[in-house]
Amino acid sequence: MPGAPPALEVHALRKSFGTVVAVDGLDLEVHTGECFGLLGPNGAGKTTTIEICEGLQEPDSGDVIVLGQRWTVDERALRERLGVQLQETQFSEKVTVEETVTLFRSFFQRGPAVGEIIHLVQLDEKRGARVGTLSGGQKQRLSVACALVGDPELLFLDEPTTGLDPQSRRQLWDLMEQLRASGRSIVLTTHYMEEAERLCDRVAIVDHGKVIAIDTPRALIRSLGAEQVVEVELAEGAAAPAGLFAATPGVLEARIDGPVWTLQVLAAHQAVPAVLRTLEAARLSLTELRTHTPTLEDVFVSLTGRHLREQ
Amino acid sequence: MSETVARNQRPAPAAWNPRLGGASSPLIQLTLIRFREFLREPEAVFWTFIFPLLLASGLGLAFRSRPADVAKVGVLSSAPAAEMIRTALAGDSTLRVVSLDDTAAVTALRIGTVALVVVALDAQRVEYRFDRARTEARTARLLVDEALQRARGRRDAVAITNSLISERGSRYIDFVLPGLLAMNLMGSGMWGIGFSIVDARRKKLLKRFVATPMRRYHYLASFLLMRLGLMVIEVTVISLFGHFAFGVPMRGSLLAFGVACLLGALVFGSLGLLVASRAKTIEAASGLMNLLMLPMWVASGVFFSAANFPDAVQPIIQALPLTAVVDSVRGIMIQGLGWAALAPEFAIVTTWLVLSFGIALRFFRWR
Repeated sequence: MPGAPPALEVHALRKSFGTVVAVDGLDLEVHTGECFGLLGPNGAGKTTTIEICEGLQEPDSGDVIVLGQRWTVDERALRERLGVQLQETQFSEKVTVEETVTLFRSFFQRGPAVGEIIHLVQLDEKRGARVGTLSGGQKQRLSVACALVGDPELLFLDEPTTGLDPQSRRQLWDLMEQLRASGRSIVLTTHYMEEAERLCDRVAIVDHGKVIAIDTPRALIRSLGAEQVVEVELAEGAAAPAGLFAATPGVLEARIDGPVWTLQVLAAHQAVPAVLRTLEAARLSLTELRTHTPTLEDVFVSLTGRHLREQ
Repeated sequence: MSETVARNQRPAPAAWNPRLGGASSPLIQLTLIRFREFLREPEAVFWTFIFPLLLASGLGLAFRSRPADVAKVGVLSSAPAAEMIRTALAGDSTLRVVSLDDTAAVTALRIGTVALVVVALDAQRVEYRFDRARTEARTARLLVDEALQRARGRRDAVAITNSLISERGSRYIDFVLPGLLAMNLMGSGMWGIGFSIVDARRKKLLKRFVATPMRRYHYLASFLLMRLGLMVIEVTVISLFGHFAFGVPMRGSLLAFGVACLLGALVFGSLGLLVASRAKTIEAASGLMNLLMLPMWVASGVFFSAANFPDAVQPIIQALPLTAVVDSVRGIMIQGLGWAALAPEFAIVTTWLVLSFGIALRFFRWR
């Protein structure tokens, strides 16, 4: 949308809790109508960042402009235009789904009818059920429903699928795709790279309170230069010299993590025979060999040397 | 299978074009939620409505007005004129007489199975053995002496007529029921509001509300509205119970009574708000609640008169909010006090109300 102000601008944002620096000079810009992902491991500062954007925490320094407005000016008018879903809200268990949505709806001047919102998040059958009886996925959809009651221009979703089973997660993804298609701007935090790849128009990879890469998921993956990723697991006790694959043709980057080598390669059909020859020459036997197309996880590993979800 | 159906029924992605639906008042919705949360919690309903009735019944039965006691007296059997004394006392229905030898008399006096021992030295001289510090011993002495003197021919100098009455308002149940009513206002106000708020803060629900355009005073006002609604029910149930089960009087104006209960509900609601204004855990809030409420349970004259405490601490006790609420409710019900007499109590309660509500608003932790 040319001429429209960005949905969200963040400049040089900083926030510390005691000696712990949660956000360390973070910049980003979310365009109107896009679904923007903040991807990073736990403790990267995603929640602190999004809560500062939501006006729920005060930054130590830096500038946040939401829908063209700062939090210091008419907070309530701004809240009318936002939908917020927090990571750990537990709704009152004794109250029904419909009563909860009706309560949240009453806080907003304008917005869709309660029945319509409940229908959108597919909780029609649970309309009269108490919140305490809902499954994790249903509770999460209720939480999203309560963020939609004001027909928001900008929607903040903080780890909406964390802790859900795969089916509930896919159900929420369907819902989020639908919301994206309806033209509202969405800011989403997640530590699931498949979620970011599937839902987000652009992704900021966040680590230690900073944005270390920002682009479309495709562009980020392409920036690796690799067409394929080959994982080679060596047999137990095999000594693996550093720089083992340095001279292997077709291998762009090699990284070792325990017994597993992760190799970024140009073309798997050419690289794999070369990798096998290298292992043979070094008299190393392998127990497993896998290839996959690169993901945001590989981008994160390539940028930080760590995995998104450290075990 | 059912999921596929649901998905097919859903509007196509781009078609979610929300029609604007009317919203009702947030204050009404918040208050409705408060009532639902309360009424769907059976324990809360029990402690608020049933428990005070059980307590009042128990106390009412334990301290009911009893017929005048019979005084038990012993006659020392080894004394020379014992048989004559026994005959003189036998005719009196307020006395029960037993014969005791020397050892038994000492033991009976010590453990209180008799209030007094009569030792008849001879036909003209009688000795009473009793503990002057014991009320029933002094009563027994009067009764025994009266019976003995009359048997020997003493006559009344003044003609006496006894009119027996049992005055409503002077029994223990009349004293304790207004106290229980005030104590109930304190308990349900402080626990009811304090716990709900700390719980909402702990569950990040408070933070979630703050992320909407909800007006914050609506949230706090919804708790006070709920308390007022419940107060009407609590007060009605307890005072009607007192009236019909024990005949506890209502001598003052119902309006003054309503105002006293309203102020009571508001002041303890505000104190609950104050306790909950910073606390992050139920444990912290509950410690603070007990710290505030325990001294008032003991000192504010719920179960026994606050006048039993030494004069030095009276100014403090009189300044406590529960003392003021107990005194005003009891004064209206039992003594029928008017507005002028209630003014000091109402002033104390109003001061607590304004201070605690103001401080709670100022320091309330929303996030």
